[in-house]
Amino acid sequence: MRAFTVHEGLVAPMDRANVDTDAIIPKQFLKSIKRSGFGPNLFDEWRYLDHGEPGMDNGRRPANPDFVLNQPRYRGASILLTRDNFGCGSSREHAPWALEDYGFRALIGTSFADIFFNNCFKNGLLPIRLPAAEVQDLFDQTAATPGYRLKVDLEARVVVRPDGRALAFEVDPFRRECLLNGWDDIGLTLRHADQIRDFEARRRIEQPWLFA
Amino acid sequence: MAKTLYDKLWESHVVRTEPDGTALLYIDRHLVHEVTSPQAFEGLKLAGRKPWRIGSIVATADHNTPTRDWEKGIEDPVSRQQVETLDANIREVGALAYFPFRDARQGIVHVIGPENGATLPGMTVVCGDSHTSTHGAFACLAHGIGTSEVEHVLATQCLLQKKSRTMLIRVEGALGRGVSAKDVALAVIGRIGTAGGTGFAIEFAGSAIRGLSMEGRMTLCNMAIEAGARAGLVAVDETTIQYLKGRPFSPSGETWDRAADHWRTLVSDPDAVFDAVIDIEAAKIEPQVTWGTSPEMVVPVGAAVPAPEDFEDPVKREGVARALQYMGLEPRTPIRAIPVDKVFIGSCTNSRIEDLRVAAAVARGRRKADNVKQVLVVPGSGLVKRQAESEGLDRIFQAAGFEWREPGCSMCLAMNADRLEPGERCASTSNRNFEGRQGAGGRTHLVSPAMAAAAAIAGHFADVRDLK
Ligand code: SF4
Repeated sequence: MRAFTVHEGLVAPMDRANVDTDAIIPKQFLKSIKRSGFGPNLFDEWRYLDHGEPGMDNGRRPANPDFVLNQPRYRGASILLTRDNFGCGSSREHAPWALEDYGFRALIGTSFADIFFNNCFKNGLLPIRLPAAEVQDLFDQTAATPGYRLKVDLEARVVVRPDGRALAFEVDPFRRECLLNGWDDIGLTLRHADQIRDFEARRRIEQPWLFA
Repeated sequence: MAKTLYDKLWESHVVRTEPDGTALLYIDRHLVHEVTSPQAFEGLKLAGRKPWRIGSIVATADHNTPTRDWEKGIEDPVSRQQVETLDANIREVGALAYFPFRDARQGIVHVIGPENGATLPGMTVVCGDSHTSTHGAFACLAHGIGTSEVEHVLATQCLLQKKSRTMLIRVEGALGRGVSAKDVALAVIGRIGTAGGTGFAIEFAGSAIRGLSMEGRMTLCNMAIEAGARAGLVAVDETTIQYLKGRPFSPSGETWDRAADHWRTLVSDPDAVFDAVIDIEAAKIEPQVTWGTSPEMVVPVGAAVPAPEDFEDPVKREGVARALQYMGLEPRTPIRAIPVDKVFIGSCTNSRIEDLRVAAAVARGRRKADNVKQVLVVPGSGLVKRQAESEGLDRIFQAAGFEWREPGCSMCLAMNADRLEPGERCASTSNRNFEGRQGAGGRTHLVSPAMAAAAAIAGHFADVRDLK
């Protein structure tokens, strides 16, 4: 996994609540057996005027000029501002894969759906929860300031605004450690293989029906 | 100290805990389907790792499989490749059970687990699918995981987890005639919102829940994720134990007695403390219909679609306006005045035998309305299908002009050929009414099986309680 320490980048606003994973990456793209290449289909139904299918040449499709990420001022954005319950719906990891592939490194919003939140951390994408008033302020700043950028410092657990104000955020220490170091969860867990084996052996005796 | 059911399930699976409370949780059952597993198997192989315990794996192909003309195979080459990839992966790795495309026991992953007794009380159950919450009906700690976590479970038999908070939703009293578990689920989501359960494991309790069959409890837990909760739970009682008796992977003989004794302890202690408690009166719940693009946009069938100005919060108002526009609805339209183009009876929410019986009872001796272009009835599994056929339900549906299909996810998410065309409106027993969920531009209204069948007959939403 790619490590995340400090990231500074252009901010784009996604100003709606309950953005679901079907909107982030529609199901027809889930037929892929690969982990990469989902970026061009991020928000496919909102982003293009035609209906997208896997294998299309996305460069030739008609873009929806009204969709926020298609506006020239947000081109190259790597931080996405979001509203309540972003990432709700399915467990598809294709959602963070698509966001990451598009170029996003951090998401800032009021709340994220549980499974999506979890999946982000596995892919070097940092979801940051901030109080509603601070998020609203960031939406206002982004709208008012072309080229609005933010700095996200995971080590210090702050989002730094261009005016120097630092917004503190919380993150689980364990997750933070993994992300800062780009650690592979599986490798970490397998260091405890003996403990897992002991647990399993006990369980086999206590509840043998679970091992049919 | 008094413990909740969730506490008991959690504590009995912790292998170790990190200083910040992150736990390594042992996983008993790993359900696998074709869409979220290929990258996990590939990752495993690339890292030169072996699966930890293949006896924990139960796999099936469901999302991409067609629901008719099975002899033709899977025509869409991309879908076929995904299903064949699962075939190859399971062949290579092994599993406790695999129900591939066209197998007699193939079906939706959340239907086949319980009906085969592969979902047992006290288990941790995971699957790369958010509706894994369904299995919580059996007092399992069951939740959806992403593909990286699928790989993690394959490789280590464990999952890294933070403990959730607990919410008790107590539904007391008797449900009214024509009101089902689906209506309870939608009413709960209407009350707490789609983010209301975020960070919580929800236990459903109270006399109305104890009165539900296992099918009804599965419907309810299935929808817990739509309320934002990763896990839904119902305590074990005799209904649970009776359901499991004699299923293929259920224990038998002396082990059965030991298991059943243990399962009876899987209840919240009487004075256990929950982080949140919500009380709902069963008698007040009416048949529900969603009108928007989120399951929380729901009203009783007798009500009308709201208007944006009914909401104070500007983000919400904007969301309502956008949803009405997408759904092609005018504010204040009575629900019963909304005509439907298609009806879908199926999905892991409502495709079990009881759901089909209820729908058939409404369809019996009636015909679908002429304006309804298609009514799909898609059983949840091959076993459900054969059971329904042995009861003659297929003939009732067909006589009513409904189509009787092969099992699978079908138009719940439209990854196969079953889908809505842009602008088409559907009464659906599935769980998500998101934009484009049932086909690009399609408009989904979530309802119970009885209400779906009633809409098919009336040609518009109708109160199933009005049918004689
Ligand atoms: S029926 Fe629908 S919700 Fe259930 S597993 Fe299949 S696609 Fe997912």
